[in-house]
Amino acid sequence: METNFTHHQSAHCENGVASNLLKHNGLNISEPMVFGIGSGLFFVYLPFLKVNYAPAISYRPLPGQIFNKLAKRLGLKIKRQKFSSEANATKALDENLKNNIPSGLQVGVYNLTYFPDEYRFHFNAHNLVVYGKTETDYLISDPVMENVTTLTHEELNKVRFAKGAFAPRGQIYYPIQIPQNVDLKSAIIKGIKNTCRDMLAPMPIIGVRGIRFVAKQIRKWPIKNGTKKANHYLAQMVRMQEEIGTGGGGFRFIYAAFLEEASVILENGELKILSQEMTTIGDLWRDFAVEASRVYKNRSTKADVYNTIADQLLDIADKEEVFFKKLKKVIS
Amino acid sequence: MKKEEVPQDKGNLSNKNMRELVYATDEKGNYTTALSTGWEPKTIALSNSIEEISERIAIAKEQVKNNEVSPICYFMEFSRMDIAVLSSYVGMWQWRVKRHFKPKIFAGLSDKILQKYADAFNISVAELRNFKPH
Repeated sequence: METNFTHHQSAHCENGVASNLLKHNGLNISEPMVFGIGSGLFFVYLPFLKVNYAPAISYRPLPGQIFNKLAKRLGLKIKRQKFSSEANATKALDENLKNNIPSGLQVGVYNLTYFPDEYRFHFNAHNLVVYGKTETDYLISDPVMENVTTLTHEELNKVRFAKGAFAPRGQIYYPIQIPQNVDLKSAIIKGIKNTCRDMLAPMPIIGVRGIRFVAKQIRKWPIKNGTKKANHYLAQMVRMQEEIGTGGGGFRFIYAAFLEEASVILENGELKILSQEMTTIGDLWRDFAVEASRVYKNRSTKADVYNTIADQLLDIADKEEVFFKKLKKVIS
Repeated sequence: MKKEEVPQDKGNLSNKNMRELVYATDEKGNYTTALSTGWEPKTIALSNSIEEISERIAIAKEQVKNNEVSPICYFMEFSRMDIAVLSSYVGMWQWRVKRHFKPKIFAGLSDKILQKYADAFNISVAELRNFKPH
């Protein structure tokens, strides 16, 4: 069984699955558009939650939110199902493939055998599309991969029922209804407003304020936890930020690409200028990653280097605050 | 980031001939996509985590050897899990999993319980029960 699905590589898994599934269903929408309308740019710091023995920093909203918001804003209908029984989960997927419906799945990364070993962690918010089935394998379109790949029946079952935080519970999703004409303009404006609201939220752990909070904590890490732990925390932060396009610089560039596209659709030249500004901020995030990597590479023990990168992060927060305030004005 | 600045460093991805997609600007300043084989700061961050895990595994091994913890602890580290993830895989409370870290308690566990752990670690009950570090 094989559906006539076309694989397109993307920078981020959830955008990619959403964009690929919609393209398959006749709605030509780019990855940056999905990311922008779905308000994918986010920041939250959860010091009380530990991931890989370091405080959790997330650069993205909860899994599934980008596609859900996109659907709501474009008037699409997506069907989502979770399962308590593995047999039923397999049955639902096979049924879809039989009906020529490529299906999005939320999966755990640890048992994705086609990933390099170093990337295999217990992280459950990855997304991919299954577009066919053979005697032994499922045909997989993983949007972060250059080409399509396969997983055995058993392997797919394992990743669908990975356990831990955000356990996918076999989650399957696919669009069931797409309107003839979608109103991109109003969807873009809603998406941008949502992102501005998130990034400027009056909460200490979210958005620009969250970034400032982290900067403040970074200064304390070496004193409170010792250099070794502080370096580990920093390395984790950079991993969350830059791995496979999720977070920091990568996300800023996708957002900048979205603003560029939006400036054409909304016929608003100011958005194009803001797109360039976002690119500059993305470059600053990359500089931050470079500086941070120097700290944990050289195992520097001076508390001063932590202050330097904390200052860098504060500078980013300031620039983003100005940026999102401007963006809010431009579309209102 | 300009397209010609997209990093092409050797890293964990290039070992498997994988490239990731990134967004970058072309000569005219318009957005386009490019493929990247890897970026050094990322590679270092990842190696740091892998090292951290290797250290944890080595410590757990030593502790099993000295009969301070049960093999469950070792295999948990080996599978890159923490107690929260493991307890979710075996469907037991975290305090119960922690209790099973004690060699004495571990020795008295039934095959049924051990099977749950063995499944989580993708090994056999015998491998779990008879694990002897050297």
